[in-house]
Amino acid sequence: MLEMLSYPFMQYAFVASFFISILCGLMGVFVVARKTAFFTHTLSEISFSGASFGVFLGTNPILGMLLFTVLSSLMIGTVGSRVSRRESSISVFSVFFIGLGILFLSLADTQSSYATNILFGSIVGISYSNVQTLVGLSIAIIVITTLIYRKLKYNSFDNVGASFNSRANTLVSVIFLILLACTVSVTAQIVGSLLIFALLTIPASSARYFVHSIWSMTILTFVFSLIGTWFGLYLSFITNLPVSFFIATIETIIYIIAVIYDKVTRI
Amino acid sequence: MSTESNLILSVRDLDVSVKNRKLISDLSFDIFAKTLTCVTGENGVGKTTLIKTILKQFNKNEHVQSKIKRSDMQYIPQLRNIDDDYPLTVFDFIGLGLQHSILPWLSKKEKQSVQKVIEMTKLQDLANTPLGSCSGGEQQRVYLAQALVSQPKLLILDESTASLDKEAKFMLLDVVKSVIAETGASVLFITHDPVLVQQYGDYDLNIANQAGTIKPVKEAQ
Repeated sequence: MLEMLSYPFMQYAFVASFFISILCGLMGVFVVARKTAFFTHTLSEISFSGASFGVFLGTNPILGMLLFTVLSSLMIGTVGSRVSRRESSISVFSVFFIGLGILFLSLADTQSSYATNILFGSIVGISYSNVQTLVGLSIAIIVITTLIYRKLKYNSFDNVGASFNSRANTLVSVIFLILLACTVSVTAQIVGSLLIFALLTIPASSARYFVHSIWSMTILTFVFSLIGTWFGLYLSFITNLPVSFFIATIETIIYIIAVIYDKVTRI
Repeated sequence: MSTESNLILSVRDLDVSVKNRKLISDLSFDIFAKTLTCVTGENGVGKTTLIKTILKQFNKNEHVQSKIKRSDMQYIPQLRNIDDDYPLTVFDFIGLGLQHSILPWLSKKEKQSVQKVIEMTKLQDLANTPLGSCSGGEQQRVYLAQALVSQPKLLILDESTASLDKEAKFMLLDVVKSVIAETGASVLFITHDPVLVQQYGDYDLNIANQAGTIKPVKEAQ
């Protein structure tokens, strides 16, 4: 155990997981309440596409990611979330952006290992500057969500009511989607765009079966993501198997337990 | 009978249309404080569209004039997408209606006002129950409570009783009546149910043939 923590790359991985869990707690609860899990999924594919665009241009992939995800969030936020929830538009968006990502990668003529890196990430390969970016983003998201908290929770947990009785709904939705776009872009570099989708949706979906206030759901979502990522790192270290596999499995087990708990307590 | 100072909402020569199809033309009526006005009419005559038009044009032109602010008015829509695994408790759902402060947590005073509307709407036993587990009638009372927590001067209920059984209908309207008496709010209530109009309504705004007529319920008997 202590040996594991003596490696700097493991220290970074544990610290990064801690902050990713904070982001998942804050954003995940709202993602699930707003039923935008599938948009989040699309967003992770858009971020893949954006990253390969960045590679194609020869700039930092994060810039391409932010450009693509923020622009699509602005579009979805203003055109309307209803369109984004339609199954057909989700498939269209996903396929289009994956295709675009592959095109840019082939045009950029880089090795295909880069593509798998963006999709699956490598939490044990992160640097000190990755951790710094993550901490900065976490602070920014905590501050902004605090400022719009009341409107955001009304808009997310009672969408219909808020649409008639609260002002600035579109603005709040757009701000939230931009925060989500930033979260996906920054964390996708670390855990990969596929796993960030899992971490933003599964722990929060599990938490809502155990507790029933926004604060307690946020904290429990944080705990569930932390259990998944920290245990995943530990198991990966001792077995030498991929960490993403362990994280996904642990989160799935937590979700199954949550559903069973809900069924049992409802009787 | 009712003086100018009691006037809450005044609608003048309002045209209501949906996608260029005219539903109601030249509608005029007044809503006075502490009254319950029922909006009645067949399906599709444009009752809900009328309300949405009022919300949209509220104090924006000469057709819809009011001395209260838009934030003093609460609309309770007919349908809300609450699944049976909706997680928030009744207490927290009602608290969503408190939008006057930007503090991320509810102050002590705000918690007390949630508690007060819970008592008004007789939801004491359900305060900590997830909203998804409540019955249809209970959910309607929760929506009412959420609207009340911001202390509105005008409440609009859109077919709130449509899916309720008889007992739940009367219970909801009894609560609405006691709210009017206690807070002095006025209520616009869209309904299909003639029994409820007769028993609870002060005025009946009936919409038919693209026109609306308002008359007191009791004199019409």
